[in-house]
Order: sequence, then C-alpha cells, then structure tokens
Amino acid sequence: MSASPAPLFEVRDLRVAFGRHGQFHEAVRGVSLTVAPGEVLGIVGESGSGKSVAMLAALGLNPEGSRVTGSVRFKGQELVGMSRRDLRKLRGSRVAMIFQDPLSSLNPVMTVGAQIAESVLLHNPGLPRRAAMERAAELLALVAIPQPDRRINQYPHEFSGGMRQRVMIAMAVANDPDLLIADEPTTALDVTVQAQIMQVLADLQHRLNLGLILITHDLGVLAGHADRVAVIYAGQVVEQAPVDDLFAQPGHPYTRGLIASIPNMAVEKERLFSIEGTPPALGRLPSGCPFNPRCSQARDICRSAVPPVSGPAQHRAACHFAFEAPATTDSPA
Amino acid sequence: MTRYILRRLFAMPFLVLGIVTLAFLLTSVTKGDPLTAIVSDRQMNNPEVVAAAKARWGLDRSLPERYVIYVGNLLQGDMGTSFITRRPVAQDVLYRLPATMELVTAAMIVGSVMGISLGVLAAAFRNTPIDHAARFFALFGSSIPVFWLGLALLYVFSVQWGVLPGPGRVDPRAALPPMVTGFVTIDALIALDFPLFLDALWHLILPAFVLGWAVAGTISRLVRANMLEVLGREFTLTARAKGAGEFRVIVRHALRNTLVPTLTVIGYSFAYLLTGAVLTETIFSWPGMGSYAVEAARGLDFPAIIGVTIVGGVVFLFTNLITDVAYVIANPRVRLG
Ligand SMILES: Nc1ncnc2c1ncn2[C@@H]1O[C@H](COP(=O)(O)OP(=O)(O)O)[C@@H](O)[C@H]1O
Ligand code: SF4
Ligand SMILES: [Mg+2]
Repeated sequence: MSASPAPLFEVRDLRVAFGRHGQFHEAVRGVSLTVAPGEVLGIVGESGSGKSVAMLAALGLNPEGSRVTGSVRFKGQELVGMSRRDLRKLRGSRVAMIFQDPLSSLNPVMTVGAQIAESVLLHNPGLPRRAAMERAAELLALVAIPQPDRRINQYPHEFSGGMRQRVMIAMAVANDPDLLIADEPTTALDVTVQAQIMQVLADLQHRLNLGLILITHDLGVLAGHADRVAVIYAGQVVEQAPVDDLFAQPGHPYTRGLIASIPNMAVEKERLFSIEGTPPALGRLPSGCPFNPRCSQARDICRSAVPPVSGPAQHRAACHFAFEAPATTDSPA
Repeated sequence: MTRYILRRLFAMPFLVLGIVTLAFLLTSVTKGDPLTAIVSDRQMNNPEVVAAAKARWGLDRSLPERYVIYVGNLLQGDMGTSFITRRPVAQDVLYRLPATMELVTAAMIVGSVMGISLGVLAAAFRNTPIDHAARFFALFGSSIPVFWLGLALLYVFSVQWGVLPGPGRVDPRAALPPMVTGFVTIDALIALDFPLFLDALWHLILPAFVLGWAVAGTISRLVRANMLEVLGREFTLTARAKGAGEFRVIVRHALRNTLVPTLTVIGYSFAYLLTGAVLTETIFSWPGMGSYAVEAARGLDFPAIIGVTIVGGVVFLFTNLITDVAYVIANPRVRLG
C-alpha cells in the first residue's frame, strides 16, 4: 500500500498480545494504517475488534501485561520502544487522544479548568498557573462552551454529557497537536448531541488542520466526516478505502454488513439489521478467514485458507471473493 | 449542608442521653457489689457501717431514683465521686482525657501517614515484592496484639538499645507544664519550654507508633483497594494521554480521588484507637482514660466506670460527627438537604 510521500502517522504490522496463563493471545494482529497531515481516517469495527487496544498501544498506553510489536511512526519518529519520557513529551502535545465516556474520562474531584490547565502546564512548565487558566477558558470558548470564565471553576458533574465531551476536546487540543485520536467520541452521547460533537470535531479539525483518527463502531458516523476508512475485524484491517468508495463499492462482506446495520433514522426500520453471531473471543480464532463462521458468502476455501489482501492500491480488502456481487441473503431482510 | 450539620447537632443530646442511660443500666446489672469497694472486708459484717456507707453513696435508693439523681448531677457537671481516688470523677476525667486525646491524635497521625503511604506503595507496585512487603508490614501491625507489640518494642528500643525513653508522658524527674490544652507537647510549647517539648514528643513516639501501626493496616488495605479501583478508571488514562508521568497520575489524580473514603476510615478508626488506648496506656504508664478505666474496673469504682463510659461514648459520637461533616465538605458531589 503506497501512501502520500510524508505521512504524519504510519502504523506498520502492529501487533498487541495479552498474556494469560503464560500464553500470549493477539488482540491486534498486524494492523497497518497511515494518516496524512490534516487527513481524517475513520476506523470502524464491532466492539471488541481491537480498535482501542491498537491506538492505545500506538501511543505506549497499552495495559500492563501486554506485548507490542511492529512499528508506529509519528513524523518519522519510531514510537514502539521509545523511552517513557519521550513518549510523555509527545502525548498531549503533538498527539492527543479522547475517549468514549466523557464522564469517566474526567477527574471528578478536579475542576474542569484545572484539568485543562494541567494539559497546558505539563508541556509548558514555565507558564504561570494563572496564564494556564486563562488559556483553559480560551479553549472552552473554542469548543463553544458558553460562559467559559465561570465554567472553568466547575466540576465535571456540573456539565452535561455533550459539554463534558467538549471539555475533553478542549483539553486534547490545548497544545495544538498534529494528530488527534478520538476513540468513539459520540458513542456514550444522546443522538442529538452526537451530531453537535461531530460538528465541533470537524470544525477544529479543519481550523487546526488536525490529522484525525475517528474510531467508531457505527459506520454511519464516518459518512461526511472521514476521508478514508479502515474496517477492522478480529484485530486486522479487513478493508481500507476512501470513504465514498467504501460506501459505493464495499469489497468485504463484513463491511457490507456494517453498512446494512447503520441506523437509518429517515426510514425508521422496525428492526435494525445486525450481523449474526459475535466476533471471535481472544485466542479463539477460526481457521481460514476469521469472519467465516458469520459470513453468508463463505465457501470451503474460506474455512481452510486465510484470504489475501487484494484490490487497487487505494481500496484493499481481505476476502477470497472481495468485490464479487454479494449473495442475496446478505442484504437486510 | 448547613441543615445537615444542624440536624446532626440536634440529635446529639438525645444520643448522649442514650449513652448515659445505657452506661448507668449496664453498670447496675453487673454482679459486682460496689460495697466491697467502699467498705473493708472486716467491716462488712457490721450492719451499721454498711448502712451508713449505703446512705453516704446513695446505694439505699431505688434504681430509678439513683438514675434521676445521677442525670440531674450530670447536668451540673457532677459525675459523682470516685470510690478509689475520692476525688470528683469529673476532675479525674478532665485531667486524664487530654492525655488520651494526645496519644490517640498522635497515633492517628502515625497510622494515617503509614497507612496511606503503604497503601499507595502497594497499589503503585501491585503484585510485585514491594506490594507483598507493604501488605505484610501493614497486616503485621493490625494482627499483633497491641500489648504484645508494646512490650516487645519497649523492651527492644528502651531497655536493650536505650534509643527511646521508657513509659510515661515525660521524664519522671521533669515537671509537667502549666495545663492549658492538656496536651503536654502543646503546653510545653506554650510555656516556651523546648527541652520539655522534645522530651514529651520523645515519649510519645513509641506508644503512638504501637497504636498507630494497628490502624495503619486497616487504612492501607482500604487505600490500596481504592487506589487500584481508581487507577483502573478512565480518567487516569486521560491523565497519561495528556503526558502526565506515573507519579503525577498516582498522587495528583488517583490519591486525591481516594481521599474521601480514606478520610472516613481514618475518622471511624478513632473508635478502635480509643479501645486500643486502654491497653497501650496500661503498658506505657500513660495517665489517660484507658488506664483510669482499667483501675476503675479493677476496683469496682462504679462512678468512675460510668463516667469513663459516658466520656468515651461522647468522644466517639463527636468524632463520628466530625467525620461525617468532613465527608460532606470534602466531597463536591454529595448534596445533602
Ligand atoms: N487489559 C486487557 N487484558 C486482556 N485482554 C484485553 C484487555 N483489553 C482489551 N482486551 C481484549 O482485546 C480485544 C480488543 O479490545 P478493544 O480494543 O477494547 O476493542 P474495541 O475498542 O474495538 O471495542 C478484546 O477482545 C478484549 O477482550
Ligand atoms: S473470505 Fe470467505 S468467509 Fe471471509 S469474508 Fe470473504 S467470503 Fe466471507
Ligand atoms: Mg473501544
């Protein structure tokens, strides 16, 4: 896969394994991705497919007892194996991350202003505290929180869910990063608020020319927001394409399933389509294509041989029958 | 919040009356005959002496009568006269309570510092030898009986090595400072007597450590569990994602979030410290409520026993009140009507 000449963020064959009873099982099994400066990459996959683990590991935030191999380059610098100190300098300044649940992501006993100011101070040690608090108020204004001067002195429980996520975003962009990783930023929010938060993210991404990795389990979120999409299944990228191509011509049966299960509010279907079955548990991969037990198009070869990656350079899919017309049973009933 | 505090304060008199009643009743139903404490064995066969003693101490009256008289006197600050010291119980208590409070306060500081440090250390290095060592050290203090620990440490540090002083609040040759607070350390400072202050502090170390170690185990266990829970919460990940180092994550973010439950367990450990003080004071010849209680119980000194019970109960009530109020103040999320 050839990327633009100078990618901002380049992940190659990233693997993350968890040890259990002396045995390691891979939750991320060779993920490769690139993000160009100012580009929005969507990462989509069901819950448990390894999206969070992959991105946390890329920043050296993988949980204790996990093993990370592969390569993660940020502006050419290798992050896998980088010293804790150098990683800390990057985190929160050049690369920022926000999480799914904005309530549990904020420290309940610190004021919102103090938490944003901490972000600023960690990377500007000489700055007076008062200046950091002023910056915090500016940042709240940047994410369209009214009365920022009053709000900085309040605690997270005094904010609504959407407002908390705005606070998280403000904290993340405090030091004008080059890359923001947003891990399911709208999943925990009400539908009406989701759109507002996406708008805030899109605005900032545009204004600050952020490289943005937008993680979601809902492909619908990515339409209109992502430039490219990587579909993850069982710890692997099974399809990667520009967003329009992906919707117009999904190559992988799993992607087609995800598209079919996008909640469509205009139509208000009575029953939402969902892909049958569940993703394989850690260490319990089927032989052949990892998706074969759930795939309506599976044939014999799918149970014996791991499918190769195929397709044009900008649109790749890992399926023996990628880009073949889907069987009728695959569409929503 | 003010209403909550007022409501709690309003309930106090009733709770105190409950304690008084209970202390009074419990003492009356015990088998021991207080007469044996007042009248010598030989005189016991002399009906006149016995009758006079009964009349003198009010033992000839019925229980309800005695109760009403006692409560009436108590309202005027009169707790009766000790059979043994022949001094007003209130006066004895006034002299001895500060000694206990000084010991218990020092023990609480030692216990909290030890408990919190050990708990944080154990959580930060969970499942490593440091964790095991910290947990063992904490567990040791809370499982070894106070009297055994007290005697052993007294023997090693005072008798064998001579690095710490023997029993007592100050050097036996030294005079106590003029009583202001009743805390010898503080009173010595007020009197600007620094050698005496150091001497008092020096005497406080061992008993405070023995008593404090016992509660450090409970505190550290709670702190460790809370720290592990908080370290697993997402905002610690946010802190790391911001570029915070491990020390900052543990102290600034995690520890601060465990402060409220820690404060509570420290407050409630007061009751344990009060009971533990009884044995500690006896071993360290500490002239406090604990040793007073032991002497009173041994001598069937009923007025003193009731007095000690009431004062202990009231102290306990107040520390719980303070703990609960502190909890409300320290926790920005609690809203009480
Ligand atoms: N700390 C951990 N220990 C063991 N397994 C883990 C741990 N964290 C995540 N996993 C496993 O890794 C897989 C991927 O998890 P995750 O990346 O959180 O999924 P996603 O973010 O796509 O919903 C899951 O199967 C999960 O069980
Ligand atoms: S390789 Fe076979 S089982 Fe796997 S997705 Fe393609 S058709 Fe389905
Ligand atoms: Mg996730």
